[in-house]
Amino acid sequence: MMRNAIIAASVAILSSGAAVAQEISSSQIERGRYLAIASNCVSCHTDIENDGIPWAGGRELDTPFGVIITPNITFDDETGIGRYTRDDFWRAMHEGIRRDGAQLYPAFPYPYFTRMPRQDVDAIYEYLRTIEPIRSDVVPEAELAAPFQVREAVRGWKLLNFDQGVFEPDLEKSDEWNRGAYLVRGPGHCAACHTEKTLTGGDAAGEDLRGGVLENWHAPNIRGGEHGGIADWSEDDIVDYLGTGRAAHTMAMSRMGEVVEFSTQHLREDDLRAIAVYLKDLDDEERQVEAGPDDDAMRIGAWLYFDNCAACHRSDGGGVDHIFARLDGSNKVNSEDPTTIIRITLEGARAHPTERWPHGLAMPAFSWKLTDEQIADVLNYVRHAWGNNARLIDASEVADLREYLTE
Amino acid sequence: MADRRSPVDVVLVGFGWTAALMAQELTEEGLEVLALERGGWRDTGTDFPTTHAPDELRYYWRHDMFLETARETQTFRNNRHQIALPIRRWGSYLPGVGVGGAGVHWNGQTFRFLPSDFVAKTHNEERYGPLPEEMTVQDYGVTYDELEPHFDWFEKICGISGKAGNIRGDIVEGGNPFEGWRSDEYPNPPLEMTFAQHRFEAAANGMGLHPFPAPAANMSRGYTNPLGVQLAPCTYCGFCEKFGCGNFSKSSPQTTIIPVLMKKPNFTVRTHCEVMQVLKDRNGERATGVTYMDAHGKLWEQPAELVILCGYQLSNTRLMMLSGIGEIYNPRTGEGLVGKNYTYQVMSGVDIFYEEEFTNEFIGAGSLGMVVDDYNGDNFDHSGLGFIGGAYIASWTTHQRPIESHPTPEGTPGWGLEWKRAMRKNFLKHTSLSIHGASMAHRENYLDLDPNYTDQWGRPLMRMTFDFTENDRRLSDYITPIAEEIARNMGGREVNVSQFTDDNYDIKPYQTTHNTGGTIMGQTPADSVVNRYLQSWELPNLFIMGAGVFPQNAGYNPTDTVAALTLWSARAIRGQYLRNPGPLVQA
Repeated sequence: MMRNAIIAASVAILSSGAAVAQEISSSQIERGRYLAIASNCVSCHTDIENDGIPWAGGRELDTPFGVIITPNITFDDETGIGRYTRDDFWRAMHEGIRRDGAQLYPAFPYPYFTRMPRQDVDAIYEYLRTIEPIRSDVVPEAELAAPFQVREAVRGWKLLNFDQGVFEPDLEKSDEWNRGAYLVRGPGHCAACHTEKTLTGGDAAGEDLRGGVLENWHAPNIRGGEHGGIADWSEDDIVDYLGTGRAAHTMAMSRMGEVVEFSTQHLREDDLRAIAVYLKDLDDEERQVEAGPDDDAMRIGAWLYFDNCAACHRSDGGGVDHIFARLDGSNKVNSEDPTTIIRITLEGARAHPTERWPHGLAMPAFSWKLTDEQIADVLNYVRHAWGNNARLIDASEVADLREYLTE
Repeated sequence: MADRRSPVDVVLVGFGWTAALMAQELTEEGLEVLALERGGWRDTGTDFPTTHAPDELRYYWRHDMFLETARETQTFRNNRHQIALPIRRWGSYLPGVGVGGAGVHWNGQTFRFLPSDFVAKTHNEERYGPLPEEMTVQDYGVTYDELEPHFDWFEKICGISGKAGNIRGDIVEGGNPFEGWRSDEYPNPPLEMTFAQHRFEAAANGMGLHPFPAPAANMSRGYTNPLGVQLAPCTYCGFCEKFGCGNFSKSSPQTTIIPVLMKKPNFTVRTHCEVMQVLKDRNGERATGVTYMDAHGKLWEQPAELVILCGYQLSNTRLMMLSGIGEIYNPRTGEGLVGKNYTYQVMSGVDIFYEEEFTNEFIGAGSLGMVVDDYNGDNFDHSGLGFIGGAYIASWTTHQRPIESHPTPEGTPGWGLEWKRAMRKNFLKHTSLSIHGASMAHRENYLDLDPNYTDQWGRPLMRMTFDFTENDRRLSDYITPIAEEIARNMGGREVNVSQFTDDNYDIKPYQTTHNTGGTIMGQTPADSVVNRYLQSWELPNLFIMGAGVFPQNAGYNPTDTVAALTLWSARAIRGQYLRNPGPLVQA
């Protein structure tokens, strides 16, 4: 629907024959709208949990360094960014500096937005200006731990973690690859979740897109080349997943569900294809083979699996196409970090409804039904059944996450 | 005095199958649609996930999905010379409550009525002569041909698993050769059959009958319906009827339509809101809306341009009576129409016990079965039989749940050591056939308001006066022995027959939740409450859905026909009524 609207809009502009200035302006706005979607601005800058007004901010983001409340980015003079000039906006996006010169916290993903060229950032600026200004009562202040309660401390953070500069295409590669790389590295800011962070919150060296933990969710390895987390996904799978929230073997939920809902399902298919081409070109290190559970633990795990999981995920872990996740070969199941699979087992999960797939198919919670040991056993079974392999989970890891979720 | 809510285009009373279908149709038209549901919100993941959906104590024994009788029930008597008493624990039928209605806890047996069922009076009188005067049977006023596209659409919404027997007049091997024509094959292939169905099929074929796989709202494979809503393959766990399906494998409003509806800005559902009355304007010419009680006991007035009753048949009929719309039927005079032609279903059963073979009936699904239709409707010659209508005979393997199901042969004590021995011996070696008979309207079977008993708000309960009729008894006496013969050919050790019609109708043992009539459809205001478009003759902006509009019940489960009538009515509202609001049939 949205995609059709975009096409219709561009056709209208091309064939309208209206004044040239008008043409540039509306195509610029359309370009900005599209880039704002690709950047998923609205998801953080809306208080989604409380039905907040889109773009008016107020969402609480739980970062490793404390809670940040997102600001209003409508053009309201007092409470939004109404006084921002194009240059001010460029500095925020490119350098992470606020209009008044203060440092911006990197929860605002400018370490990735810095890859966007000036014309793209200007286009987003033009688009945001068309949104009705909202006077918001949100005070976008943060409650952060030392030393970050002082915004100036971000300056030190930047020295360590911020690599300013626009995206440089790799001339050896195809245009499609470069478009994909740009979307992944720039507006899409995939690494914000999918790359492990250092103690200071920067992208860890050598961990690029190999998976990361955020808000007690593990965003899985999305490298698609040899040994990568999604090595067994085809390009079509990636396009299907980003465009509809489902691939044959999995579905978007939680934070990624939001990304699909607000961002990727509205992107053009050629852009999704470009992202797929790029991700499929990212090889990874060969994984070492992990020892499995002993026979008794494996047997108990299998019993638990057949009683609790097999009805949907099937006895062979094959799932049901586009309906129930395939566990055999899953990058979440095989992830070194088991946070997501423990969490899903404890509290259940719901596939995010999308335009193509409106049904929020859900997996129930097992926290009330299975003990920490049982959850570890069943997950260790799953991590060593069929073709899967990953390190053993200890019951204490389940206990820790259970405690966190109960709080 | 009730506070007024802001007006809406359409108010739907209840939010089960018919409301979901109607809401989907009318929101497509751009109308602002509000559904008022007296029960709570329910969705699969939260309310009946696999982890507790198969809780027999909660759902089967404690009736968690059914209307609480302390809130509203019916009074019952067999004939009008008795004093009716309130039903304090549901037995013979199980009215649902909550979002999705009984569509959440049904088995999913999704038959179309036969073409001749819609013209029961004309057809039977042409073939067999006049019906007895006390049989108040009449034609529906709508034909099978008119409903066919709507049957087809509903079956696609649901993803019915089955095998067509008649595609546009071509008889198809393996399907039901007696069925009305279909524009298309079923969207999904039949379910996998088990031991009992294989034996049934062979026995029926041996008798020259025509067995076919039952049409099932249990998925034989993963399915995405035309609205983009997904259903998952059935696991044959056997927890369908009385239960919500945790595996998304049974068609229900939740698994087919509601996910799409809930995303629409012009649709709203208010739960825990019980509609008390349909309001009329001063001249009694139009409905102006409804009043409803919210969960806090506060009364609201909800104005609406269109009022559509989408509750269960018993609720819709009673709401009409409590709202003073139309005259309540009086069997002494034959006057009045609201409550007239209450019909039910004539059920009997045959149990089969095997000595060696395991039936393993715990592997089942609500509509897992093979059926013969040779003795349904007017598929056979009734000359000289003294009854009209018929029944299907089915080998169902729907469940073998441990609390509910303990089959023992005749002569086994009801408890103690002998009972336990018989249970152990037979639990895995039993199956049964079901005879699902039509129920023809009779002057003395009806619904009205009870003079003695009231609901939680102090309003009269509805009174049901019902007993099996001569037609019912002859029907059962004729068809049950045929089922018995099939059963004897299935190779068991012992066959036991039980017919509900051997005695007066009893409200206690479960039979079916197929209560019909009370707000019947027909061709003139003199013979019906609603016209062929399910529009009230009296208030043209009031429509009544559900099996209450059946003038009499056929030998099938009603849901498919209820849904097709709803869609037929919805298309008439969209195509005709909205352009020119007023009576769609001139009286």
